[in-house]
Amino acid sequence: MEETKQKFDVDSAAILVKDLRRTFNSGKTKSYDWRISQLESISKMIEEKEKDIFKAIKEDLAKPEFEAFAAEISMTKSSCKLALQELKQWMMPKKVETSMATYPSSAEIVSEPLGVVLVISTWNYPFLLSLDPVIGAIAAGNAVVLKPSEIAPATSSLLAKLLGQYADKSALRVVEGAVPETSALLEQKWDKIFFTGGARIGRIVMAAAAKHLTPVTLELGGKCPAVVDPNVDLEVAARRLVAGKWVANNGQACIGVDYVITTKEFAPKLIDALRSVLEEFFGKDPMKSKDRARIINSFHFKRLVNLMDDNKVSDKIVVGGRRDESKLQIAPTILLDVPEDSLIMQEEIFGPLLPIMTVERVEDSFDMINKKPKALAAYLFSDDEQIKKKFVENVSAGGMVINDTILHVTVSTLPFGGVGESGMGSYHGEYSFDCFSHKKSVLYRSFAGESPTREKDRERAQARSGNKGKNTKDDGLTPEQRRERDAKALQEKAAKKAAQAASGGNNAGGGGGKDSKNKK
Amino acid sequence: MEEIKDNLERELLVMREYFRSGRTKEADWRRAQLKGLQVFLKENEVDIFKALNQDLGKHYVEAFRDEVGLLRKSLNLALSDLKKWMSSKERLLAVVGALAKLPIMAVLSYAEVVPEPLGLVLVISTWNFPLALSLEPMIGAIAAGNAVVLKPSELAPAISSLLVNTLPNYLDNKAIKIIEGGPAIGEKLLQQKWDKIFFTGSGKVGRIIMSAAANHLTPVTLELGGKCPAVLDSLSWSWDKEVELMKVMIKKMYGDNPKELHSVARIINKHHFQRLKNMLTDPMVEKSIIFGGSMDEDSLFIEPTILVDPPLESAIMTEEIFGPLLPIITLDNIEDSIDFINSKSKPLAIYAFTKNEKFRKRMLSETSSGSLVFNDAIIQFAADTLPFGGIGESGVGKYHGKFSFDTFSHYKAVARRSFLTDFWFRFPPWNNQKLELFETAYNYDYIGMLLVILGLKRSRMRFDVN
Repeated sequence: MEETKQKFDVDSAAILVKDLRRTFNSGKTKSYDWRISQLESISKMIEEKEKDIFKAIKEDLAKPEFEAFAAEISMTKSSCKLALQELKQWMMPKKVETSMATYPSSAEIVSEPLGVVLVISTWNYPFLLSLDPVIGAIAAGNAVVLKPSEIAPATSSLLAKLLGQYADKSALRVVEGAVPETSALLEQKWDKIFFTGGARIGRIVMAAAAKHLTPVTLELGGKCPAVVDPNVDLEVAARRLVAGKWVANNGQACIGVDYVITTKEFAPKLIDALRSVLEEFFGKDPMKSKDRARIINSFHFKRLVNLMDDNKVSDKIVVGGRRDESKLQIAPTILLDVPEDSLIMQEEIFGPLLPIMTVERVEDSFDMINKKPKALAAYLFSDDEQIKKKFVENVSAGGMVINDTILHVTVSTLPFGGVGESGMGSYHGEYSFDCFSHKKSVLYRSFAGESPTREKDRERAQARSGNKGKNTKDDGLTPEQRRERDAKALQEKAAKKAAQAASGGNNAGGGGGKDSKNKK
Repeated sequence: MEEIKDNLERELLVMREYFRSGRTKEADWRRAQLKGLQVFLKENEVDIFKALNQDLGKHYVEAFRDEVGLLRKSLNLALSDLKKWMSSKERLLAVVGALAKLPIMAVLSYAEVVPEPLGLVLVISTWNFPLALSLEPMIGAIAAGNAVVLKPSELAPAISSLLVNTLPNYLDNKAIKIIEGGPAIGEKLLQQKWDKIFFTGSGKVGRIIMSAAANHLTPVTLELGGKCPAVLDSLSWSWDKEVELMKVMIKKMYGDNPKELHSVARIINKHHFQRLKNMLTDPMVEKSIIFGGSMDEDSLFIEPTILVDPPLESAIMTEEIFGPLLPIITLDNIEDSIDFINSKSKPLAIYAFTKNEKFRKRMLSETSSGSLVFNDAIIQFAADTLPFGGIGESGVGKYHGKFSFDTFSHYKAVARRSFLTDFWFRFPPWNNQKLELFETAYNYDYIGMLLVILGLKRSRMRFDVN
């Protein structure tokens, strides 16, 4: 399927949006059936093309299959599955209570799609972080444009190919490319932009969105700290820490452990434990291990080497330090007590370097964390209930895990997102559906004495009693007509009464009262 | 000006430090502030009505209905529900039935969402409901435990003055500040870093606010405007009878000489008066006036005015009117109203007066707006169980009731785990058996897992480890 690649510029982007808007306005994407058919298609796509997906991810990241499976394929599959299971529920309007202030009335909150949305993905979990938001957007009934990251080109082109085959092209499109293509897309008017990536580009995306008052969800990053209290089971904690750093895409994960804080006393023990776990997982020579992803590209490799070789920190390396540019690989490296103003403690590391900062008491770590911008996640290893409580109350982050790392991302009932510098908005599970929906307030006001749901209630009651209602007169009138007839009759009655009263009939009251009772 | 900016920065730094001390997070602090607002409204009621009358010519009954009364209602709700709002909400982990089950590898023992304040927030208010639109967002910000800076609208100077001079006596000034001023002050405020900005006003300024917020990755809620249509279903009513009825109603409510009656609010200022006057001076538009139309510049008074079918390209039909002029557009088919509404940008509200179930369903599913009200207008503002906010050009985000609390909160996900042993297959060195175990685990196939462990089953997943 060779085609000459045409430049994707602002005009192409405008035409693309116009096309999708036409599809959206036709109402096609709003139907439950369409959404289900797309989700089923995507589910099928993941099953049938699993081998191709593995291949592409491996090509882009040299990620071990097992990591690719657990972190990318499996999470995407279960996200799709959940949407298929729950969609009906998610789509139902939510009734809310009404009060005296609006009596008589009934109210509900109705979810509707936003329209035409843009999903900009990133490179470290290129498959998951592209499809997961797209699944949410489709479940919510939108038309979607996906722009995968060019830094993971094999996955990007595979997504373009597969979604082209499996999804409804009139409503879901993939645009490949880099800065020029992304800029062209950002100039358009979208009904929502969902962005995963770094804070710098996050600002650019939000600024572009501001021009059109487009709401955004930004999933950014940050320096996710892990605090280690000496009172923990060291072996278990060390394993989970290593898993949260070097098994997570070799440190290139937005919720991976960025740095560790522990007490001065405990640090040496912790380092020893980490060292032995590293050997257990990756062998005596980790540079030869097949179980680690490589650094994504030369640019990031150089960036990480710079962080390590910086004068302020190069003598603080206690484990690792080796690097191999030809293989784009850096050994799992631990540094102890680097200065807080060093580069490695200023920016998000996103690689296999782990600084360990030390404090006098565990609680002091909370201040250290709070001095920095809020991260996407924060972790605490502790057995002390008080410390756990203090941690949750005093440290702010997108999400937190006590006594483990990363796993909160697998809980579909928890919102996944950042705060402050780590982002705005959230998704996963029903939050994905909400992320791409407009929650419209609907108030049904009735006329005096008439309940807005009376019609529905009456129908339901009749259905229950098998349409054997006591007083069903088949007089051929619609309920509205019947009401009008009754209201008119009442009016006439009242007018008659008034006329009688005016003409001085003292018995009008008694007679009228009896009559009107029968009328009811 | 530089000096003012430095003072401002310093003030905000002090506020941030105070927020970091944790004081505003405490429930008793939040309650004290909310009660303070209650007392402020009570003790200064007369001055508030005076100020609203001065700024807008608003009659005190209208002022109570739309501003003071609603604020009292919101404060009562916030105080009664505060504990509930502040509490952590547990989230289900492994659940039977329709909800997703957790893969065995993520054996977490507890999951919850914990609401926390965002930090130091900025509320920018507007002039038409100058008290309500200043204090209603503030109620949410305080209930959520934030430190707040409020900038009221300079176009309602009496209220602004009252807020700056009197309100501080009822609140903790270390965490809540009210800053007066116009666009220049607004600009300075926007250059600072906030943890949230809540803005009520026009789309033009909304864009400026969101752009400024983007620099600091500050989340925003923008309550903007738009042309809110009311649709009268001709199947249930006839429109000209309706117009006659309206004329009668107007006379009833405002008498023969509405200008003299103090029930009609003034136009806010000369600029807006001129803007509205200009809308009517277009000769084609003038021709379409069927009721009202008289104006008095000295008293900034414009009579309730009804027009029928003014030209669609005229300003009155392309811009938000924000004044006492009501154009009526007639269509052959009432269903065409849906296309008509959809040809314009999404409004803050749509009001549909209809008894026809089919038409109702179409309005619901085929139009989009912040809110949709059947058979009434504006009243949704008073329903605190319904989120109030716009979509598209009419805004971003929502508030009222608990939604106010939410809009100024971060819901932090917290998962807990015990120190029970991990399943060994969670860690490298990798091999095919571990992959098989993952697969069975993720398929919730526990029997399969057992078989793999016992070596009695091979999954279809095998790879060459090269």
